[in-house]
Amino acid sequence: MTKDKGQKPGEKKNLPEKSKISRRTIIKALAGLPVLGFFAYKVLEKNSYDQNKKNMVLEELGIDQSETPDERKGKTRKNGDLIRVGIIGYGNRSHALARGLGFIHPEDAEDKKRDDTITDWLSQDNLNVALTGICDVFDMHAFRGMTTARNELQPGGGAGVNLPVKRYRHYSEMLESNEIDAVVIATPEHHHAQITIDAVQAGKHVYCEKSFIRTEDELYQAYNVVKNSNIVFQLGHQITKNVIFQKARDIIDKNILGKISLIETTTNRNTASGAWIRHLDINGNPKPGDEKTIDWDQWLGSRPKVPFSIDRYYNWTKWFDYGTGLIGQLFTHEFDAVNQLLRIGIPKSVVSLGGIYYWKDNREIPDVLQCIFDYPDRDLTLMYSASLASSRQRGRVFMGHDASMELGGTLNITVDGDSTRFREKIADGIIDPSHPMFSYNPGSGKIDAVTSATEKYYASRGLTYTYMGGRPVDVTHLHIKEWIDCIRNGGETTANIERTFEEGVASMMAHKSYIEKRRVEWDPVKGKIV
Amino acid sequence: MKDNETYTSLQLTGLVILRILIGWHLLYEGIAKLLNPYWSSTGFLSESKWILSGFSEWVISNPGILNVVDFVNIWGLIAIGTGLIVGLFTRTAAISGAILLFAYYLNNPPLIGLEYMMPAEGSYLIINKTLIEAVALFVLAIFPTGSSVGLDFFIVRLKKLTRKETK
Repeated sequence: MTKDKGQKPGEKKNLPEKSKISRRTIIKALAGLPVLGFFAYKVLEKNSYDQNKKNMVLEELGIDQSETPDERKGKTRKNGDLIRVGIIGYGNRSHALARGLGFIHPEDAEDKKRDDTITDWLSQDNLNVALTGICDVFDMHAFRGMTTARNELQPGGGAGVNLPVKRYRHYSEMLESNEIDAVVIATPEHHHAQITIDAVQAGKHVYCEKSFIRTEDELYQAYNVVKNSNIVFQLGHQITKNVIFQKARDIIDKNILGKISLIETTTNRNTASGAWIRHLDINGNPKPGDEKTIDWDQWLGSRPKVPFSIDRYYNWTKWFDYGTGLIGQLFTHEFDAVNQLLRIGIPKSVVSLGGIYYWKDNREIPDVLQCIFDYPDRDLTLMYSASLASSRQRGRVFMGHDASMELGGTLNITVDGDSTRFREKIADGIIDPSHPMFSYNPGSGKIDAVTSATEKYYASRGLTYTYMGGRPVDVTHLHIKEWIDCIRNGGETTANIERTFEEGVASMMAHKSYIEKRRVEWDPVKGKIV
Repeated sequence: MKDNETYTSLQLTGLVILRILIGWHLLYEGIAKLLNPYWSSTGFLSESKWILSGFSEWVISNPGILNVVDFVNIWGLIAIGTGLIVGLFTRTAAISGAILLFAYYLNNPPLIGLEYMMPAEGSYLIINKTLIEAVALFVLAIFPTGSSVGLDFFIVRLKKLTRKETK
């Protein structure tokens, strides 16, 4: 622009004296400025128009417009005494649980350094707990747990306490030890209730992974034992710690959806891992483990004796001997999300239908399953529709007369075109029923370090990360923190034994209906499924 | 290079109007991104097809780099847009704008066989509006107008004066 080549004609004109530039020339040179001013004016006008429209909608809804505050601030309690935790069952899920407690495997830490997420983990609250015991039937898993427990890299800067870490061969030895105050149970499902009962009787606090149930009797027994004790119990349903869930609770409390008569929850997975085929590594070779390194008898526990099988060890979800398949593993998360919001409790009747339609291997559990839970007293029906052979996205939707709410990794409220409450606003064009009226996505624009399809599935259900003060925070950590806080300071956990019982009965009913191919009912007088 | 004095006033007006309209568009693209706290180039880049898709993937997978790209996008658009409207560093603005737009085009060109998740608002085959805008900016760089209708006038004068003084 400033090369002199281009200036010659202008030079001629302006040559005589610098003071003799005509006013016209100056005005021409400044011609762009009023355009810029006009632009600024229009930007402000547009902004205030957008803001007004948004405010009108939000005001109508009565939704709190403030960004969800960082829940942890102001709630930080005195750390108090050190709590010594033992983990029973150190498989895949335990890596995440240990990280939630504040312990990370060195290899895991390296991965996190590489993708730059280690700072998020390090800024997690230090819970002032020591991981002093690891119990696993598989040597390799136990060693991994020990290495993790001993790693000095911890949130809040360095190791707080260096207590010895002990490996326990059998969980009962851990429960007998007076070096353990609380246990995290992350074994296959068939051990959950029994270990919980034993732990409570040994006076240990319990954080138990879902699901809790394999049989009705186990459920009733565990419920009674926990209920009549002083220990703090938390079931591993972390969704309530997602800020999105707190927004959803706000919306339910304000009755924005109108009368809710139908809730649809879903599972949409389409991978081998998602269908619990997990005994092969990435190269297609069997994962490690044999009879020498795995205590198979202890792994089976009270279940029927069968020869060691690497398939059963890694893919136990496929058999009813060890769990209830889709219902225990995935529906329980869905039920918890709904029950925590609406407190629907135990259904009056349940019908389940499904079958093995795609993964025709040696499995017993269905891969396509529909369960209908009826609540005539509440005028509503809860549906669960699951497929392990199609990942077509279907959300978790609360359908009300005035609006519907989709609750997942994000929260969307869409007004119903035939709503009574919003009729005028729709007619005035203020609310458009063809688009979500309110979307809440605290993490948008942020990238999750989620990779596998199964991880993405959990993220889409709001089960991995939430965002607080612009940072991703692990919801499992928040859920564990609540448990630890309640152990120290008293109070009630969110996923306490009452919620666990309601979820257990609803799940048992769905399972029973599938197995017995009939509609089952809950008899509140006898306190039994009939 | 031609200067304003060799344009007829109609030609000059036409060029300036084109310059201001494109400037307005780019400036608002920048401001809109700046005002949206959730904006990130991730969405755009993850849709990247053709020769730049590898580069885009690399950007997305590096949070640090992604931040730089976001920053350059927002403030680049604002600087280029403002420059074009008021005619400041006009040729630099026009050329940078053309390059930026061309980069956008290369990420999402409407070539046969490339399918995008977001439907286009019109119908395009090889040529789309982004490419046309990029070429228009290139034309504006060849036919500069900033030194007569724009703040570049003062820069030109300042340079001239200092040159005279040093003589």
